[in-house]
Amino acid sequence: MSRRPSLRWVAAGVLLLALVLAGVVSYYASSSPDGLESVSSEQGFADSATTSSTSDSPLAGYGVSGVGDARLSGGLAGVAGVVVVLVLAGGLTWAVRRRPRPESAEDASATREPAGSR
Amino acid sequence: MHVPDGFLDAPTSVATGVVAATAVGIALGRARRELDDRTAPMAGLVAAFVFAVQMLNFPVAAGTSGHLLGGALAAVLVGPWTAVLCLSTVFIVQALLFADGGITALGTNITLMGLVTVLVGYLVFLAARAVLPKRLASVPLAAGLGALVSVPVAALGFVGLYAVGGTTDVDLGLVASAMLGVHTLIGIGEAVITFLAVGSLVAVRPDLVHGARPFLQRRELTILGPDDGLDGSGTLDEQGTGAEPSTSQEASA
Repeated sequence: MSRRPSLRWVAAGVLLLALVLAGVVSYYASSSPDGLESVSSEQGFADSATTSSTSDSPLAGYGVSGVGDARLSGGLAGVAGVVVVLVLAGGLTWAVRRRPRPESAEDASATREPAGSR
Repeated sequence: MHVPDGFLDAPTSVATGVVAATAVGIALGRARRELDDRTAPMAGLVAAFVFAVQMLNFPVAAGTSGHLLGGALAAVLVGPWTAVLCLSTVFIVQALLFADGGITALGTNITLMGLVTVLVGYLVFLAARAVLPKRLASVPLAAGLGALVSVPVAALGFVGLYAVGGTTDVDLGLVASAMLGVHTLIGIGEAVITFLAVGSLVAVRPDLVHGARPFLQRRELTILGPDDGLDGSGTLDEQGTGAEPSTSQEASA
């Protein structure tokens, strides 16, 4: 049985992959309308779409406003999105996770807030 | 399949907003059982990965593209309740920062792409896993099947909402068949990506794949038990060593 990569290495690998996909590979993604956009055009309800109230966001449309180069603009927006999603989703899931039960007196006292020693 | 503002009327958008908010509220409580010190970091990474892959539209037919939704993928990797939290985060960030999907349509997008895909994807995954041979190699396959089914069902979910609260008079039968057709093709792409992603993680660290656990614990208890201690991966929940936390806390205070 070969050794398994540690959680840290797996996490670093997934993060690197996400950053490369969003920051570099996304430039080569298809810019054709997606399934719903395409069907709404065919079936005549595309015009009912209204502009999003966040369309003046500096990252609207997966580009950084003010950055002219499309590759750089899209790449930076993708990297920013990955980081923001990681922080928000990671923070949320970290906050609601199960806490491990203290396993010994040392662990219990080491991880406790110093509230009891006032 | 991000729904823009204006496609659905206000009552329908409010209703899907209530559904989405309720589901996220329930998920906040239930996800706790799926998340511990090892799986919580993976959950954040899975959300970031889904965001990244959603940027990668692939061509599916003449002049039409699609991208991963990620419901089945996230549910198999980190558990269905955690997946709801991960995907909701992705859609909120997309709507607020990237103007992708409407603001009034946020509840609709979370409901269709964050709840329907997770529910359908995970149920199909569970059914397929129960039928397929009981080994790890079945997990990515079952995940792919869940992904395949989840996308056209979510597309039909949109048609259902449009039947109730669409703002334009259309031929619903034509919309349904068009949506089903193109999203079946997108579902094939979804299945391939999900199979590859789940397969990769199952190959390196199956203990980090929520949907692979039933196949692991039996094996790890009998064969791999000693390795767990050596590599420190702590696959199984450690039982308490017998120390009494309450008394030791009082003693230290």
